[in-house]
Order: sequence, then structure tokens, then C-alpha cells
Amino acid sequence: MDYSSAVFYFFSFILLFSAIKVITSRNPILSALFLVLSFFSAAGLWLLLQAEFLAIALVLVYVGAVMVLFLFVIMMIDINVEVMKKGFWNYFPAIGFVSIIMLTEIILVLNKPFFKTPALFKAPIKSNTDAIGEVLYSEYILPFEIAAIILLVAIIAAIALTLRGKKMHKGIDPAIQISVKKSDRLKMVEMGINKFKTKKRVKRN
Amino acid sequence: MDNIFPQLPEIISTTLWTILKIVAIVIPLMISVAYLTYFERRVIGFMQGRLGPNRVGYFGLLQPIADALKLMFKEIIHPTKSNNVLFLLAPILTIAPAFAAWAVIPFDAELVLSDINAGLLYVLAMTSIAVYGVIIAGWASNSKYAFLGSLRSAAQIVSYEIAMGFTLVGVLMCANSLNLGEIVIGQSGGISQWYIWPLFPLFIIYFISAVAETNRAPFDVAEGESEIVAGFHVEYSGMAFAVFFLAEYANMILVSMLAALMFLGGWLSPFDFFPDSIVWLLLKVAFLLFFFLWFRATFPRYRYDQIMRLGWKIFIPITIFWIIFVGFMMQTPYREMFH
Repeated sequence: MDYSSAVFYFFSFILLFSAIKVITSRNPILSALFLVLSFFSAAGLWLLLQAEFLAIALVLVYVGAVMVLFLFVIMMIDINVEVMKKGFWNYFPAIGFVSIIMLTEIILVLNKPFFKTPALFKAPIKSNTDAIGEVLYSEYILPFEIAAIILLVAIIAAIALTLRGKKMHKGIDPAIQISVKKSDRLKMVEMGINKFKTKKRVKRN
Repeated sequence: MDNIFPQLPEIISTTLWTILKIVAIVIPLMISVAYLTYFERRVIGFMQGRLGPNRVGYFGLLQPIADALKLMFKEIIHPTKSNNVLFLLAPILTIAPAFAAWAVIPFDAELVLSDINAGLLYVLAMTSIAVYGVIIAGWASNSKYAFLGSLRSAAQIVSYEIAMGFTLVGVLMCANSLNLGEIVIGQSGGISQWYIWPLFPLFIIYFISAVAETNRAPFDVAEGESEIVAGFHVEYSGMAFAVFFLAEYANMILVSMLAALMFLGGWLSPFDFFPDSIVWLLLKVAFLLFFFLWFRATFPRYRYDQIMRLGWKIFIPITIFWIIFVGFMMQTPYREMFH
């Protein structure tokens, strides 16, 4: 066994193990963390295929951004696993049906000769990043731009959904804060301190 | 350098040789972290008219070692109802990416552990996963303060990462490469060729985002003592706390190193009559690290909404504008300035 196949088996073992743990672990935080681990080992496998740009992009986007926000949300929700598992057997026929359809679809797709080509293991002539950049901006420019516009629409939609108008707006304007003067906050009041003292004395007597 | 264990089977010899090289990077790094803490205490001490640690060894030079020994022998306390596995995993997850990123840092034209093509992206990915340690530490400690600290820190790191990523886009546009060594070589030809000049706004934004990414003052709301005690590591003691501390300082050195490589010409000398050497790189890193300490002694802590405003509404628009500007200038006769 040479070095790269040893690394391959190492990463694949971790990938399979963590993927199984994602669905079997009882703690949702642990599930999310195992998903992170499986992304990591998948990135390792891609590195073995000399697809360094894709591997690092996977870590950067899914591990560094998407899963962080996922964890963020999961941590703040109080998830009761018992309640969630209550209706499992009622839903089981529907779940089984959907998963069988998905399994057959995946098998049909992966059986295509396209996925059996050994060309996957051929090293790219120049750097992987250059190759992807060239193809992306020449051959696939239209799908790439369409994907960009769809993402932009999604960003605007997400902002529009959370924007509730000016009424709920409790934000502060830093410009107003900075230009505050002493006279806006402080009010000098004449206390008449001598009068106060004499009054107190009178009370005591 | 060649493998020094040619007689062993390939799997074992490659692994051993790689581990040796990693140790050769990590041990000097640990020593610099230890002495950075000493340096910080002395510098801030002098800035505040004090002396700082000066009792252990000559000029207090053994202070970091005394601190490390003390922390090693202290007990690690587990809070009740904390998740034990994750509680201990969090410090490891914080320090691992801080060290892993050093794999692609070129110290010299030849001296680099792994000379990969997408080095810049790799570093960005490694710094972006450092946030896991903070999030998990906050959640696993089962404490309100720790949890609030980790939420603040996670939101802050995710926000500033975007601005940081955009500044790196500017650098790679100038260098035409993602390889850190090639980025440095692209700046050869004296101080006037460094990328700090055409990318000056990006350099400033990179450095401020780096301060925010490492949770240093004035962006240290994650451990704002006056509000949430010590933030995400409030429940940690002994060596577990020390590991968080190590990671913070290792990250400081890492981002300074990256700024030196990408904007200040790395190991290249500023003037032609001096030879290029690793000494220049270390000097530049030390200079940038001094700024971290200076900031800490000078600025009051930002309020949380001010941090978010600075990151999203000021830095990101400026970086996007400057990327477009650089791309535009590259199509004009002035393109030589941007290469």
C-alpha cells in the first residue's frame, strides 16, 4: 500500500464514520459537528484528487461559513429529542417511500458511464485554480452569471423578509451620537444649597 | 531537503519526516508566543508608566516560563452539567487551525513546509475555522457568560472574515497567483514595489480586520471583562485556558506574518543593497505585532453595534470599491503600478 492510498483509506473511514454519526447521534450539536468532520474528510479526499481549489473552497464555504451559522442557530434552540422522535413510526411509510425513490435515482445517475471514467484521477496540466477560472469565465460564463444573479436575488429576498419597516427600528444613528453637545444632555439646576441646609436644621430641632 | 529515513517503508518514513518538519515550525512558534506575552506586558507597562514583569530572571525574561509552569500544574475544573468531551475539545479546535495555517507560510524562497498552489485560500480557510473552538467552548461550558461571549465572537469573526477575504482578492489580483511564495516574489524590486502602495486601503482594512479576527482590543467584546467576565473561556482553568491563550497569540503572529508576506514584501529587503533574508520577514512581523500591543494600550473597547457597523457598512463597501478600482486600473496604461 503506498502513501496516497493509505491516506485515502484514512479519510474515507473518517468520512463514513462521521456521516453515520450525523444521523445516529442524539445531541443535535454533535450531529452538526460530525457533519463538519465529514466535510473536512471529503475535502481531504478531493485534495488527493489534486482538486485543491475545490477542496479548500469546500472547507471555506461549508465549514467556515455555512456550518458556523447552522451551529449558531442550533445552539440557541432548545431541542427536545424525545418530542421530535414521537411520531417516528407514523411517518415511517412516507419516509421509506421517499428514501427508496432517492436511492434509485442516485443509483441510476451514478451508473452512467460518465462517472466511471478514469480521467478523474488524471492530474490537471496547470494549477487547479487556473483551470477552473478559465472554464468558468469562458465556456460556462452564462450558467455562472445566472447562478450569481439567483444568489443576489436570494440575498435581497432574505433582507426584504427580515426588514420590518421603520416602526420596529430601534437602531441608533452614530452621526447624531457623535455630534452630541454637553448642553443636549446636561441641565444645570440651581439647588439653593444654603436654604436646604437651614431647612434640615430646623427639622432636627 | 530529502527524506532522512530512506530505509523505512514509505508510509512510516513520510509520516515521520513530515512530523519532524512540523515540530521544527511549531516549537519556535510556541517560544515566540511565550515571549510575545512577555513583550506585551513590558510594552504596555512602559506605555502606562510601569515596569511590567521584571523579577523572574534577568529583566523578567523567565516570566513566560514561570507562567507556563504555573498553568500546567493547575487543576482543570469541569463545570457541572457541561459537556465534558466538547469542553475539552474546544481548546484543541482553537489551537489546531492556528498551527495548521503555518504549513503554507514561506519563511524564505526555499524554506516552506508545503508549497501548495492555493496557499492563500488555505490560510483563509484555516483562519475561518478557528471560530469553532470559540463557539463550542461557549456552548459546552453551560454558562450564560461563556455562551454570550461565544455568540458575540462568532458573529464578529464571520463578519470581519468577509472584509478580510475581499482584501485578499485585491492581493491576488496584483500577484496573479494564490501561492504565497509567488505573491512575495511578485513584490521584488525594493520597497516601492510592495503591494502596500497600490493596495493601501486594503492593507489598512486587512490589519484592522485581523485585529478583530483575533479578538484583540479594541475589538475584544468576546471577552469584555466589564460585561461578561471573561467571555467564552470564563469556565476554563489551568492548561485548558492556557491553550486558548496560546491560540490567540499564535493567531496574532499568523495574521501579522500574512500581512508582512502579502503587503510588505515578506523576506525581501526594502533596499537593493541589502540581501534578502528571513531576518527582514521577522523584523516586519515584529513591527506589525507591536501595533497589536499599541492598540491594546491605546484604544477603549468598541461597543458591539459599532463593531458590526464598521465591518458591514464601512469595510466591505470600501474593499469592493477598491477591487473594482484595481481591476479598472489594470486596463489602463498605469497597470505597471498594480503588478
